[in-house]
Amino acid sequence: MSGFFKSSIGRKVAMALSAFFLMIFLLQHFAINLLSVFSGDIFNEVSHFMGTNWLIQFVMQPVLIFGVVFHFIMGFILEIKNKKAKGVAYAKNNGAANSTWVSRNMIYSGLVILAFILLHFIDFWFPEINTKYIQGDWSGVHEGVEGYRYFHELQEKFVNPARVAAYIVAFVFLALHLLHGFTSAFQSMGATAGRKKTLQNIGKAYSIIIPAGFIIIALYHHFNHIH
Amino acid sequence: MNLTLKIWRQKDSNAKGQMVDYKVTDISEHMSFLEMMDVLNEQLINAGEEPVAFDHDCREGICGMCSMYINGEAHGPDRGVTTCQLHMRMFKDGDTITIEPFRAAAFPVIKDLVVDRTAFDRIQHAGGYISVNTSGNTQDANAIPISKHAADEAMDAATCIGCGACVATCKNSSAMLFVGAKVSQYALLPQGQVEAADRVRNMVAQMDLEGFGNCTNTGACEIECPKGISLDNIARMNRELMKAQF
Repeated sequence: MSGFFKSSIGRKVAMALSAFFLMIFLLQHFAINLLSVFSGDIFNEVSHFMGTNWLIQFVMQPVLIFGVVFHFIMGFILEIKNKKAKGVAYAKNNGAANSTWVSRNMIYSGLVILAFILLHFIDFWFPEINTKYIQGDWSGVHEGVEGYRYFHELQEKFVNPARVAAYIVAFVFLALHLLHGFTSAFQSMGATAGRKKTLQNIGKAYSIIIPAGFIIIALYHHFNHIH
Repeated sequence: MNLTLKIWRQKDSNAKGQMVDYKVTDISEHMSFLEMMDVLNEQLINAGEEPVAFDHDCREGICGMCSMYINGEAHGPDRGVTTCQLHMRMFKDGDTITIEPFRAAAFPVIKDLVVDRTAFDRIQHAGGYISVNTSGNTQDANAIPISKHAADEAMDAATCIGCGACVATCKNSSAMLFVGAKVSQYALLPQGQVEAADRVRNMVAQMDLEGFGNCTNTGACEIECPKGISLDNIARMNRELMKAQF
């Protein structure tokens, strides 16, 4: 089996498996963020559960970090290998004649997403790790904030229009990445035969609805907080 | 029609190549692209220059020998055809046409537009066959029941002529459409089952050894394939390789 994952197809399958995992995580993240639009209290309760549950913190979180890091590193490795396999570039190449821009430029949309993840980590994850694991404060409360602090922190982050703009750009690139990546992951797993059209339609819906939802949530908190 | 041709010239596999401009005049729109190249070569020979080397054989679109990357596309701008079946009516008077060899590290240039595609032969040797006792007691293939659907799919896969357009057009120089077709044509038939696991393992291993890139599912190969080989064959190969692990 280790030989399988060293083969070109094995690497594709590994990329697809990590992609499935990340797409499921994204859906769960979106569902929780969506709660913040309807109720700050429910969002606080769910966030506190996610932030203090040992299974999520000590099992799921490391798996998630591994999934993200693996997907990016394998993406870079494959890109370098593929460039080497092409050798000399064409003097004239009409890529648009036979493939979409997004399918040919997954590495660039991926790089934008990577930059966004770094921003997102600086905004939320690093402060959370600092509070819980360095300062040892697992209470979920903050001085001057009524109830749990999570909803308040979320609103604070979306006050700055530059940050909201960065989030919007990142989610547009995420949508582009998913537009190819969703169906591509199923194709790599050999699961597209006979249901390609259906998967393409589900992929389009997922790739547009989820990133658009994240953008709407960011804009909602930005304008709500200003007022 | 009168045309300007920008053609990759390379003396041999070790030489450094370059694009060279040529003019051809009075080209009929009814000519095939290879006939236009013949006109150019006659012109070059008459002028005492070295003719442009390019691969060709049947000139009927079935042997897979002719290659060429024409105006940024494998076998040129037409669909479902090889270069020998590409007609000059696809171009306009005064056009500049860029002609390059198929590019892939696994397809090194031998001379001008001729590339070494023997990597495909070695992949075939690794498993693209079935072992049949041909000593006189061979079972009639028609005696084995095969569903119409499986037979049609196997036949579709078997129409791959191994021209290499999939590799040439893929941004990663992946050979997975070719290997997928060769794996599929046997995987779909009862005769191919006995050696199915070894076949896919060995062919994929040889494909990787030859230095072809990884498929990223852009679908460009399927569009440019002169025989319309479907991406479903790559999905099937992936399944076959996963199955072969157990």
